[in-house]
Amino acid sequence: MSADTAILAALATPLIGGLLILLTGSIPNLREAVTLVTAAVLFLIVASITPTVLAGDRPEVTLLQMLPGLDITFRVEPLGMLFGLIASGLWIINSIYSIGYMRGNDEGHQTRFYFFFAVALSSAVGVAFSGNMLTLFVCYEVLTLSTYPLVTHHGDANSLRSGRIYMGILLGTSIGLLLFGMVWTWHVAGTLNFTQGGILEGKADETITVALLFLYMFGIGKAALMPIHRWLPAAMVAPTPVSALLHAVAVVKAGAFTVVKVIVYIFGVDFLADTGATEWLMIVAAATLLIASVVAMRKDNLKARLAYSTISQLSYIVLGAALVTGTAIIGAGMHLAMHAMGKITLFFCAGAIYTAAHKTEISQLNGIGRTMPITMGAFAIASLSIIGIPPLGGSWSKFQLMLGAAEGDHLVYVFVYAASSLLSAAYLVPIIARAFLLPPEAKSAGAAAAHEGGIQEAPLPCLIALCTTAVGAIALFFYADAIAALLAPITGPITG
Amino acid sequence: MISAHLPILQVVVPLIAAPLGLLFRRTPNLAWLLTLVISWLTLAISVALLAQVLTGGPISYELGSWAPPWGIEYRIDILSAFVLLIVSGVGALVILYARQSVEAEIPGDRIYLFYTMYLLALAGLLGIVTTGDAFNLFVFLEISSLSSYVLIALGAERRALTAAFRYLVLGTIGATFYVIGVGLMYQMTGTLNIADLAARLPDVVQTRTMLVAIGFLTVGIGLKLGLFPVHVWLPNAYTYAPSVVTAFLAATATKVAVYVLLRMYYTVFQGHLFAPLPVDEILFVLGILAMLAMSAVAIFQTNAKRLLAYSSVAQIGYMILGISLVTVTGLTAGVLHLFNHALMKAALFLALGCVFLRIRSAKVDDMAGLGKAMPWTMAAFVLGGFSLIGVPLTVGFISKWYLILAALEKDWWWLAAIILISSLLAVIYIWRVVEVAYFRARPAEAPPVTEAPLFMLVPMWALVLANIYFGIDTDLTVGTAARAAQFLMGVGS
Repeated sequence: MSADTAILAALATPLIGGLLILLTGSIPNLREAVTLVTAAVLFLIVASITPTVLAGDRPEVTLLQMLPGLDITFRVEPLGMLFGLIASGLWIINSIYSIGYMRGNDEGHQTRFYFFFAVALSSAVGVAFSGNMLTLFVCYEVLTLSTYPLVTHHGDANSLRSGRIYMGILLGTSIGLLLFGMVWTWHVAGTLNFTQGGILEGKADETITVALLFLYMFGIGKAALMPIHRWLPAAMVAPTPVSALLHAVAVVKAGAFTVVKVIVYIFGVDFLADTGATEWLMIVAAATLLIASVVAMRKDNLKARLAYSTISQLSYIVLGAALVTGTAIIGAGMHLAMHAMGKITLFFCAGAIYTAAHKTEISQLNGIGRTMPITMGAFAIASLSIIGIPPLGGSWSKFQLMLGAAEGDHLVYVFVYAASSLLSAAYLVPIIARAFLLPPEAKSAGAAAAHEGGIQEAPLPCLIALCTTAVGAIALFFYADAIAALLAPITGPITG
Repeated sequence: MISAHLPILQVVVPLIAAPLGLLFRRTPNLAWLLTLVISWLTLAISVALLAQVLTGGPISYELGSWAPPWGIEYRIDILSAFVLLIVSGVGALVILYARQSVEAEIPGDRIYLFYTMYLLALAGLLGIVTTGDAFNLFVFLEISSLSSYVLIALGAERRALTAAFRYLVLGTIGATFYVIGVGLMYQMTGTLNIADLAARLPDVVQTRTMLVAIGFLTVGIGLKLGLFPVHVWLPNAYTYAPSVVTAFLAATATKVAVYVLLRMYYTVFQGHLFAPLPVDEILFVLGILAMLAMSAVAIFQTNAKRLLAYSSVAQIGYMILGISLVTVTGLTAGVLHLFNHALMKAALFLALGCVFLRIRSAKVDDMAGLGKAMPWTMAAFVLGGFSLIGVPLTVGFISKWYLILAALEKDWWWLAAIILISSLLAVIYIWRVVEVAYFRARPAEAPPVTEAPLFMLVPMWALVLANIYFGIDTDLTVGTAARAAQFLMGVGS
């Protein structure tokens, strides 16, 4: 299969899988098999493109012309390659996890759940492979719409309210600001193609550049910059597999990815560095980064704390992109992968705790490490990765980001990154300490089992998934240079 | 040699078929069949005409072989061919859908009347678009208006009668104003042929008589097209008319009136009227007000048909805004939205027709639980709503793209912002319906509801798919609209 066909196949696979899921909905085992096979096939297809991209090629395929001069085009470059690999690879693990979680909690409407999951994955891959801003925008919107039924999965008043915030912010910002910025870019530059070195240099004056940057950064609501971050905590009403893959990886990373992509390929790193148009963005991202960490500390609900942690970590990436130095951009790209692996593990653990012990609040977790040692062990590993301690993946991307900040003579942001690491330790370590060190509360449901010394872990598929990603977080430490090598060309000299 | 007579056949076929409907007083199904055949024949003629115009340029047809300007000329250029396609295309699909909906909403002994009046309205609308004669246009305007008053009055509730009466009064004022305007033009130029008028008017456009004529024409046509703030007949008429009638009129009648406005401003006056009288600026302001105020009003409606009616007034604001910019891109956006809005509103109103068939109500609150009970209907509503909002991969996105581009071309970024704010208001009113239908359970005491019959689902979904198809492949719509805009502005071919 040539790389061009592979791109189309990667987009079509989840959709075909989704249809098969609908058809096999009455036989759950077959339906789940379809999901797993689809995820595996998707990952293999995406992986098959990797050597081509590593070799320096940029496979490209144009589907159709949507507007005169504007195509729906897919073109794989290193950043998109990385995002595609993350999303499709983690989908396999997440699907295994979903089986344990959805069955363990007797969730309803599982066919609908798996169907929209597949559609969301197709659009996430679409975002990753987009060759121009229009294509990206289309996939971005499909991603929003296809995840809405997942967020409101339970259909009660609470999920309805959260769904409103989710839709309102994500659709509102993308139609109100991102679309605006995109048409404006088209009007100014006459193209929307992602081009090495950007398309705005020499075409947009300083005012327009700042205005466009504002429209893009707040238009990409999925990157959850404050004050448009509220949709992410709201989305936590969804079943945990959704929070894990979509609201720690696919959806939010689609946002952060788009931010990096726009800065690198629409504005151009050098152009932004010369004009200094990103100064305000650095401040906003740094503020989001710190404030979200502080808010996370004050959340007792485990998923809410993780959500605010995600907001904070997304701003790592945005800040990295805003620093517009080569090292920082590479660091931002690496952080896409590192944070994805760590955060999905944390969510897997949160869901496992809910499934096995029906606990959602951190204050209920005293001594849970005794009944769920594997889960909490994985939780500890992933936490260390998020904090950025070697030998875990997260340490490399933080190192790169700090180095990038120093390179750009932005010492203050080196401190911001450092402070944030401390803050993330402050909101994650107490959970681990509570789980392993404090005695279980006498009245809690798991206490009886604890006294008997029994182990009460979540269903096996959940355990397999969370162990895999925890090991992944360790493995990434040793493969960080491979990611850096993959990403190196994006800030390189302008070629072709 | 029948292809040479297509322009007249376009009008005459439904016109002659209309009285035939009277033969089927006791067999409404035959009346439906006749109307169906005629509607699809009309569509075929429209398609053929568009193909002719796209390849061979404007067609001129001399009625009774009397040469213009003495005889009546039928003239089909790219704009009229495009509008003909919209009208007859929506008509053909709506009639396919109509049989069961009409049976449920109109008493059996009056169904033949519906089909007769429908064909008359169709003939009138098509006549307005084909004719090249300003007075002949008035005749067709009256044919379509009178028959649509009857169509609206056929609504099940008695309030349909007052709604129809109100429309009758305002519609008649509108038509009268139009004919006064035409009379004044005749007084100054001695001709009624549109091409001839176009040749003679520039000399006299600065006279006070012509200024008065422009005023009468604008207000008169504005009344017919539902221009804010003279749209007051529209919400009630749309709410109380039978579902099929609402879908048909919403998709065609207002669009044809917009066409007349374009014709008068850009063909008859060739844009020369904007210098002596700033109607473009007036329309600009009214268009913006319509977009914002009417979208806001739509949010607070409890009846879904009325909600969409207000949305229509807002969407007409988009077209008026595009037209008032007096640029090629602006006109492209306006003409494009003419087509696109017809697709979305037809699909949405047909979805409400399916709902009405099953629950005998169009109130938003009564639609609770329909997401589960009528999945295909509500899915169509959601997709139609996406199109209205302007989600990518739907026609609404394409319309919005061009409108924003037109605003930015003038460096009016604030106008682009207003356009986007108005689309976000659409999110709110569409989502209100979606939430009720999908998240509120159907009350326990309510009778069970089943999905609408296949004969209604198929045309509705054809329109939904058209919303998506023309949102992805825009060759026909954007291409034609752009050519029509260039033609109207007198640039390019």
